[in-house]
Amino acid sequence: MSALLIEMSLLLSVTMVAAAILATRGRQSLAIAILAAGLVSLLASVQYLLLAAPDVAMTEAAIGSGLTTFLFFFVLGRVRGGERD
Amino acid sequence: MASVLDLLGAILLVGGTAFLLSGGIGLVRMPDAYNRIQAGTKSTTLGPLLTLAGVACLRPDWGLTLLLIGVFLLFTNPLSSQVLARAAHRVGVKQAPQTVIDRLAEDQGEQP
Amino acid sequence: MVEFLIYLAATIAGIAFLLALWRFIAGPTAVDRIIAFDSLTIVSITGIALAALAEGRGIYLDVALVYALLSFLGVIVVARYIERGF
Repeated sequence: MSALLIEMSLLLSVTMVAAAILATRGRQSLAIAILAAGLVSLLASVQYLLLAAPDVAMTEAAIGSGLTTFLFFFVLGRVRGGERD
Repeated sequence: MASVLDLLGAILLVGGTAFLLSGGIGLVRMPDAYNRIQAGTKSTTLGPLLTLAGVACLRPDWGLTLLLIGVFLLFTNPLSSQVLARAAHRVGVKQAPQTVIDRLAEDQGEQP
Repeated sequence: MVEFLIYLAATIAGIAFLLALWRFIAGPTAVDRIIAFDSLTIVSITGIALAALAEGRGIYLDVALVYALLSFLGVIVVARYIERGF
């Protein structure tokens, strides 16, 4: 890894921690938590790419960030009648 | 030694990321969500296009994939911005106090 | 010269990434966070292109193509959820 890739990896790590804190914080709507979890997954995919594993990165981006976020929003739209706020 | 094409590609890279930076500044400084959609989406369409053109100048053998990514971004980014702005207007996201005119609300007032 | 300009471009993209992250964390409404998410994805595409350039591996650009697809689909899904909740 060159110095450029190491610095990009550090920036992504800081961003992942911030997005994970936002995802697990209380007193907010569930949509924002799902969006933050999707961001964590997306940046994890970039980390896999920087570690020279493009196939793992592609799978993580398609499943973790695409399909899971879509499924969470679908289910949240279905169960919203039972939610208090 | 760097040839002319390499130098042009590197300058295009810096120019594209400068557009991304202007988009980021607009995203932070704009007053309400609609202005942020404008600032964020317009600059993030032009910025990656210039950057991908710069990469294509530096490595001409990757041209096809870069062209595919660029065409895809050029087609889908304005579409997603429009869908997002329509959804925001429909659920009634607050506008900035400096807003003077709202054509969509006027149109919907005429024909509900 | 070219290496320095690539490094400068990566630095500017990193600053743009941090600004969009600040809007993602502080944004008052969900629409602000979605537009920040879109910006973060597109800055990531630029970063992937720069990483492919630095490593000299063209296979990385396929992941950028998946990202472009994913950013569009994610924004459409979330906008649809906000608009009428599926």
